[in-house]
Amino acid sequence: MWDYCGHSLEVARLRGATYADVRVMHLRQRDLTTKSGQVGTLGQSESIGLGIRVVANGSWGFASTDQLTHEGVARCAAQAVAIARSSALAKKESVQLAAEGTYIDSWQGPCLKDPFEIPLETQVDLLLAADAAMRKVKGVTLSETDLQFRKIDTWFASSAGSKIHQRRVISGCGIVATSFKEDGIQKRSYPNSFGGQHVLGGYELIESMELLRHAPRVGEEAVALHSAAQCPEKTGTVILGGSQLGLQIHESVGHPIELDRVLGQEANFAGTSFLTLDKLHKLRYASPIVTVVADARVAHGPGLGTFAYDDEGVPAQRIDVIRDGDFHGYLSSRETAHLIGLSRSGGTMRTEGWNRLPMIRMTNISLLPGSWAFDDLIADTDDGILMDTNRSWSIDDRRYQFQFSTEIAWEIKGGKKGRMLKNPSYSGITTEFWNSCDAISNADDWVLWGTPNCGKGQPMQVMGTGHGASPSRFRNVKIGSAFSNQ
Amino acid sequence: MSPRKRQSTSKHSVAPVPALRPERELHQIGGSVLRLAKLRGVPETEVHIDENIYALTRFANNTIHQHVAEQGLVVSIRTAVDGRTARVTTNRVDEDALRSAIDDCLSLASHQPKDSKLPPLLGKQKYRAVRRFHAPTANLSADERARAVKGACQLAEKRGQVAAGIFSSGQNQSVLVNSRGLSAAYRHTNATFSVTMQQGSAASWAKANAVDFEQFDPLLLARIASDKAARAENPVELAAGRYTVILEPSAVLDLVGFLFYDFAATAVADKRSCLSGRVGKALFGKNITIADDVYHPQQCGAPFDGEGVPRQRVVLVDRGAVKNLVYCRRSAKQSGTRPTGHGFPLPNEYGEAPFNLVVEGGKASVEEMIATTERGLLVTRFWYIREVDPYEKMMTGMTRDGLFLVEKGKIVSAARNFRFNQSVLEMLRNVECLGPARRATGEEAFEMVVPPMKISNFHFSEVTKF
Repeated sequence: MWDYCGHSLEVARLRGATYADVRVMHLRQRDLTTKSGQVGTLGQSESIGLGIRVVANGSWGFASTDQLTHEGVARCAAQAVAIARSSALAKKESVQLAAEGTYIDSWQGPCLKDPFEIPLETQVDLLLAADAAMRKVKGVTLSETDLQFRKIDTWFASSAGSKIHQRRVISGCGIVATSFKEDGIQKRSYPNSFGGQHVLGGYELIESMELLRHAPRVGEEAVALHSAAQCPEKTGTVILGGSQLGLQIHESVGHPIELDRVLGQEANFAGTSFLTLDKLHKLRYASPIVTVVADARVAHGPGLGTFAYDDEGVPAQRIDVIRDGDFHGYLSSRETAHLIGLSRSGGTMRTEGWNRLPMIRMTNISLLPGSWAFDDLIADTDDGILMDTNRSWSIDDRRYQFQFSTEIAWEIKGGKKGRMLKNPSYSGITTEFWNSCDAISNADDWVLWGTPNCGKGQPMQVMGTGHGASPSRFRNVKIGSAFSNQ
Repeated sequence: MSPRKRQSTSKHSVAPVPALRPERELHQIGGSVLRLAKLRGVPETEVHIDENIYALTRFANNTIHQHVAEQGLVVSIRTAVDGRTARVTTNRVDEDALRSAIDDCLSLASHQPKDSKLPPLLGKQKYRAVRRFHAPTANLSADERARAVKGACQLAEKRGQVAAGIFSSGQNQSVLVNSRGLSAAYRHTNATFSVTMQQGSAASWAKANAVDFEQFDPLLLARIASDKAARAENPVELAAGRYTVILEPSAVLDLVGFLFYDFAATAVADKRSCLSGRVGKALFGKNITIADDVYHPQQCGAPFDGEGVPRQRVVLVDRGAVKNLVYCRRSAKQSGTRPTGHGFPLPNEYGEAPFNLVVEGGKASVEEMIATTERGLLVTRFWYIREVDPYEKMMTGMTRDGLFLVEKGKIVSAARNFRFNQSVLEMLRNVECLGPARRATGEEAFEMVVPPMKISNFHFSEVTKF
C-alpha cells in the first residue's frame, strides 16, 4: 500500500501539486439482523481504494479510484491536480495549512475479540434468542435485532513525509420490540435506539451488553406503553437518560462547534452555526457545572471518535469545548485553525472512506461526569420527568431550536420514580437549555455512547461519533410540545 | 447552460472525465462469478455489478472549497443453497477475489436456519426500455462545472450576497444476472445544481436535478435564490399556531417522502406502517392521487428491482383512497398477489418500497395560491424532518431558507422560521389546491414528480431565533 501512496504523491508533485496527502483504505463490514424469528440481513462487504487530496494553483482537488495499480493511482493523482486547477477558476484566496509535524507510525485501536473471528453461529444464535425472548411477551408484534462489525485499515501518507497506518475495529448491537394496537405503535430499544450501542472495540462489547437478559424487559415496556398516561404538556424539570443526553450533546454542542459550519462552508446543506467567531471565550454556553470536551485520545475511552491520528495526519487531541459553562473551543482543521488564532489543527478531519474527502467531524464530544449519584439525583427531584432512549430528533440549521422525543418516560414525584408516560418530548433553545442544567450524575453512570449515523457533507458522508454522558437534570424545560396539537 | 458555451477556453490541462466500461465487461464479470459458483456446486447464484463515476464541485463564501471525483465498481454476490442465502460485496474483481467472495457467501449462508419461504431465483424477464443516459452530462468536465459555479459566485458578489452550493455530475451502470438466465442492464446520468444565497442573516435556496444537465440553468437557479434571499431579510416573529401554508414542490417532496415507506406490503404485514388496518380507506382528500411510475418521463431509475422483477406503475392513492401497496416476491406470495417490481436486493428485512413517486398536480400556480390567500405562509423548504408518531405519521421539522408571510393575497414580509409538528395524513386531507407537478428535489427525501400545494391548518408549534 505504501508503494501506491508514494507513487501517487510523486505523480501529484510532478504535475505541480504544492501539497498532497493520500489515503489507501480497506474497509470490511459484516451486518446481521433478525426480524420476528428469522434472519433478515446477512451480508459482508469489503472495499479498497485510494483517495488523494492535492493543492495546486492554491486550490484543492480530490480524486479517488479503486484501480490499485501504478497506472490507476497515477491517473487518479493527475486527475486530482487537474481538478485543483479547475477549482482555481473560482478562487478567492490560496489554501493555507497550519504547520504540523511529520509522523511515521502504526497504531491499532482496542479490540480484545476480533468479531470477524467469532463463529457466525454464535452471533446468529444470540440474535435469534434475543428475538425470541422479546416475542414471548404478549402484545409484541415485531421483534428486531442487529449486529454490525467494521474493520478499517488506513494507510496515510503526505508530501510532508508522514506515513501512518491505523486499524480500527468497530462493533455495534441492538434489539427492538414494537407493539401495534389500535391506539398506535410503541417501541422500546436496548441499549439504544437506531442500531443500539457502537464502540471502538471487538466482540467483547456484544457480550457485555447482555442482550438476552434485557430482551424480556424491552418487550414488556413496549407493550406497557400503550396503557401508560400521555406525557403532559408543561414547563418543568426533565432528567435525561445518558443515551438521550448523548444525542442532545451531538446536536446542540457537537454540530455547532464544527468550524466549517461556522465559516459557512456547510451553508447549502448541513447548515451554519449560531456560534459565530465573536462568541469564542465570551459566550456563557451552559451552567457552571457543565464541562464538555472533544477528546479523540484513547485515554478518553473506546468511542467512535477515538483514533491516533485524524485523516490529515494530525495526532488525536483533547479540546476544551465548554469549560465550567463557558465556550472555549471549536473543532478545527489545518486549513481553518489560523482563523481562530490557533497555530495548530485540533485534529478533527475525518473521512468515511477512500472515495471521500476528509472534513471536520466530531470526535468524542463528551459531557464530563458530575458529582451526583443517580439515586440521589432522583431523590432530590420533587416533580420531574425522566426521559430515556431517543425516538426522534430535530434541530434548526443554525442549531438554536431543537425538539427531541424519547421512547419512554417516568414521572418523578417527591423524589421517587413513579408511573410510566408515553410519547414524551421536550424542546428548547440550545443555550437556554444548557444553562438550565443543575445536576449531572457521576462517573458510575457515565457511558461513552456511539452515534454511528452522523450525516454531513456533499457528497454525503456518514461518520461515527462518540458522546460520553451520564443522566442529568434540566430545569424549566418545555415538555410535551410535539403532541400539543392533538 | 447551452452546449455551445461548454467549449473549454482555459489554458490548463482539463481534468479528464473517465468513461464507464463497455456493458459487456460487466456481463463478463457476472459470467465469471456464475461460472466460478457453478464450479463450487452452488445451485443458485445472483450477481449485481454496479459502476459509478461521479464528480462534485462544492462552493461556499463565493469560492470553490471542495472539488472531488470518484470512480468505482462493486460486485455483489448472493448464493442460495437449500433455503439459506447471504450476500457478499466486494470491489475487487480478479478471479481470486471473486472466488473468495463466493466462499464467504456460502459460509455466511450456511450458518443460519433454513428459510422455507425463501423465493427461488427469478428466470429470464423482459424489460421496458428507458433512456436515461445523456452523453454530454456524462462528459461534463470539472472546468465546466467550475465556470457555472463562478457565474453564481459573481452574481452573489455583485449583489452583496454570499453563495454556497454544489454542482455535481455523474454516470452509473448496473448489470444483474443470475444462474437461472436472468439478465438485466441499466445506465443513467445525473446532474444536480443546488445553491444557497445569503444576504446578511437571511438566506434562500434553489435546487434542480436531472438526467440531462441542460434541463436546468445554474445561473437562473442562483438568481431565484438571490431574489428570495433579498426578500428574506428582517423577518417578523409570528405566534406559533395553525396557518394556511403554500408549500413549494421541494417542501412537499421532503415531507411526504417519509410517507411512502409505509406503502410497502412488508411494512404493513409487520404492523409498522401507518397504513396498518387502513388499506382501502379514504385517508386523504379527494384531490390526492399518487402513483409510483418509473417510466414517467421526468423520473429516473432502472426498469427492474433488486430481485430483477420488472417495475410496474402502481397507483398508490386514488382520489384520496389508499388503493394499492407495492410488493416484493415474498410479500406478494404471502398476500396472494403478484410482485410489483419494488423489491430490495435479498436478503433484507424491509421487503420493498416505492421510489418513483408521481403526485398528480392541479392548475393553480404558486402566484395564484398566494393571490387567493387571506393570511398564510409561503414555505421554500423544510429541514431536519423526523417522525414523531409512526401511526399518525406525525412529523417534526423546521422551515428553512425563505419563509414568507402572505396577507391579503400578497407577500408582505419574511417570517422567522418555525418548527412544525404535523401529521402527513391530516395534511393530505387539508390540501385546498395543487399546482402543476414537476420533477423536484430536496434534501430529506428522494426526487419525485410533485406539485406545489396550498394546505390549510398546518401546525407550527414553536418559533426559532432567525
